[in-house]
Amino acid sequence: MVAIAESVPKPHTRFRFILDRRDVLGSLLVAPAILYVLLLVGVPFLMAVYYSVSAYTIYDPSWSFVGLANFEQIIADPVFRQTLYNTFIFTFGSQILGLILGKFGALVLLRPFPGRKLVRALIILPWAVPIALATVAWQWMFDSLYSVINWTLIALGIITRSEAPNWLGNQDLAMLSVIIVNAWRFFPFAIVIFLAGITSIPQDVLDAATVDGAGFWRRNYQIILPMILPITAIGLIFGIVFTFTDLSIVFLMTMGGPVGATSVLGFAGFQTGIVSGDVSHGAAISLFMLPVLLVVVVGMLRFIRRREI
Amino acid sequence: MAAVSTRDIIKKFGEVPAVNGISLDVPNGEFMVLLGPSGCGKTTFLRIICGLERQTSGDLLIGGDVVNDIPPRARGVAMMFQSYGLYPHFTVRHNIAFPLKTQRVPSAEISKKVDWASQLLGISHLLDRRPRQLSGGERQRVALARALVRQPTVLLLDEPLSNLDAKLRASARLEIKQFQQRVGVTTIYVTHDQVEAMGMGDRIAVIDGGRVRQVGTPAEIYDDPADRFVATFVGTPPMNIVAKNGGYLGFRPENFLPMDMMDDTNFAEFNFRVDRSEYLGSERIVYGVIEGFDPNQVITAKLPPAHVAEESIRPGEWHPFAVRNSTLRYFDKDGKRSSRH
Repeated sequence: MVAIAESVPKPHTRFRFILDRRDVLGSLLVAPAILYVLLLVGVPFLMAVYYSVSAYTIYDPSWSFVGLANFEQIIADPVFRQTLYNTFIFTFGSQILGLILGKFGALVLLRPFPGRKLVRALIILPWAVPIALATVAWQWMFDSLYSVINWTLIALGIITRSEAPNWLGNQDLAMLSVIIVNAWRFFPFAIVIFLAGITSIPQDVLDAATVDGAGFWRRNYQIILPMILPITAIGLIFGIVFTFTDLSIVFLMTMGGPVGATSVLGFAGFQTGIVSGDVSHGAAISLFMLPVLLVVVVGMLRFIRRREI
Repeated sequence: MAAVSTRDIIKKFGEVPAVNGISLDVPNGEFMVLLGPSGCGKTTFLRIICGLERQTSGDLLIGGDVVNDIPPRARGVAMMFQSYGLYPHFTVRHNIAFPLKTQRVPSAEISKKVDWASQLLGISHLLDRRPRQLSGGERQRVALARALVRQPTVLLLDEPLSNLDAKLRASARLEIKQFQQRVGVTTIYVTHDQVEAMGMGDRIAVIDGGRVRQVGTPAEIYDDPADRFVATFVGTPPMNIVAKNGGYLGFRPENFLPMDMMDDTNFAEFNFRVDRSEYLGSERIVYGVIEGFDPNQVITAKLPPAHVAEESIRPGEWHPFAVRNSTLRYFDKDGKRSSRH
C-alpha cells in the first residue's frame, strides 16, 4: 500500500517552529521599537524627574532630595512666567498661522493649473530643509541692516528708510518673527493634512452640497471643514507638541531675546540646565511642558472621538 | 409644457464628446428613464441638467426658461446621487433641512417641511440619527427626502438603486415609482439596468455613444426598436439578429418557437439545431444555430417550460422552429430599422 501522506517527522526541538507563532514573532519585531522608546525617552524622562526634585548641579553633582522646592522657585520667578506665556503665544500663534496658510495652500493646490505637480513637490521644501539652514536664511531676511523684507517695503514705497522695523530687536516683532518662521516650517505639513482630508471627501457629498444650494463659504465651513476636523486635529496635535517643545528656531534666531521676549520653555530649560549647569532647575522647567501638553492632547483626543463620523 | 427640454446639448471633455447632441423633452409629471451602457454619457447629461457640469454647446430649458448659466441652486432641480451623498456629520433631520437652510427659509417652515418629507418617506423615527447608523434602504429614503423637501420642479436620480442588494432593489423600485406617481414630480432617472427602465419609466430614452438612439414607452422600445443597438441592448436574452440580403433580420427569443406552437399560417420557418438548453424554472432558454445563416451566430429561443419536455429537445438535434411574420423586425445595412427587407 502506498501512503498518500507521510506523517510529518517530529520536530527536533520544541523551538523549531517558534518563529511561526504570531505572539513570538510579533514581540520580536516590536522589541527594537520598545527598547528605543524605553532607552531614549523613558530613561531620560525618569532622570529629568529625578533631577527636578534634587539639588543637582554640574558643580555639585550630589543627590540631595529637595522636594518641590525647585518648582516653587521657578514659578515664583517672573522670568519663567514670561517664558511660559511666550511658549503659548509661540505655539498657538504659529499653529493658527500655519493652519490658515495650509488651508489656503490646499485649496490652491486642489485646482488644476500648469506646473501643479512641481509646486506640490516644492511646497514641501520648508519642511525638508534642515532647520539650521532655513533659520540662517530667515535671520538675514530679518536682519536690521540687510533685511530683504524691509528693502522690499521701502522699494514699494510702503515705508521710508527711517521707519524700517528692527524685526529681531523689537520685543513684539521678534516674537512675530519666530512665529512666522515656525508657521513657515509647519504649513507644508498642514497642506498635506488638508489635502489628504479634502480628497477623502466623497465627490457625491460635495456635489450634493452644490445642488442643495451651498455656496463657497457654506460648503467650506459647514461641509468640508467639519468632515476633515478629526484628521486636522491629529495634525494639530503633532504641530502643538513639536512646537511647544521646540527650542531650535529661538536658539538659532534670537537666543530668547530681546530681553527674554522670545524665550520658550525648551530654550529656557536648555539655558538653565545645560549652559548654566543648574541641572535641577533646568529639569523642573522642562517638566513643566508635561502637564500642559497632557491636558491639550487628552482634550483634543476626546474631542476627536466625539466628532468621529 | 415640458418641464425640461434640451436643444442639441453637446459636452466635450477635451476633444472627446461625452454627450454628442441630445435633444429631449420631458413633459410635466413624467417619469423619464435614461437607459444606456456604462460610459454612454447618461450621467454626464444628468449632471448638465443639474448644473454640476456646463454643456459645451446647446440650450437647456427648465420650466420654459433657458438656464444655461444659472447655478444649480437656482434651477429648481434636486438630485439624488448614486451613493446618496449624505452629510455624515449631520443628523438625518439636519441633512433634510440643509437645502432649505441654504435658501434661508424661516426655521418654523423648515421644521414643518422636514416633518412633511420624513413622513412621506416613513423615516420620522430616524430623524436624530447619523447616516452611518442607517441601513442602505434607510439612507436611500433620507436622500430622497432631502431631494424632495424643496419641492423641486425636476427630480434627478442617478442610479439610486445600485447600492442596494437585489431583494431590496425590487421593493425600492416599486416604492420609488408609486411615490413618484403620488407626488407627481417630473423625474429623470438614470440607469444601466433595463429591468428598472422597463418597470419604472413612463418613457425611456435609450442612449449610446452620447446620442439618443430612441425615445418611447417601454412597449415601443421593446417591440419596435429603432435600431440594432436598441434591439440588442433591451431584453434578456437580447433580440436575435441575423444577416439577410444585405440587411438584418431580428426576432425576440420568446417569439422563436417550435413549429407545433404556431396556430396560424403566417410565419417564417427555420431549421434550428439545438446546442444547449437551460431550464430556469419559469422558462427554458435554448441555444443553437439556424440552417442557412452564419453557423457561428448563436440564436436563442425562450420557451415556456411546460411546453417542452427535456427529452423532446435534445442537444445536437435539428427541429423545425418558426417566427410569426408580425414579430419579425428588419434593419438596413447601417442597423437602422426598415419596414421590409
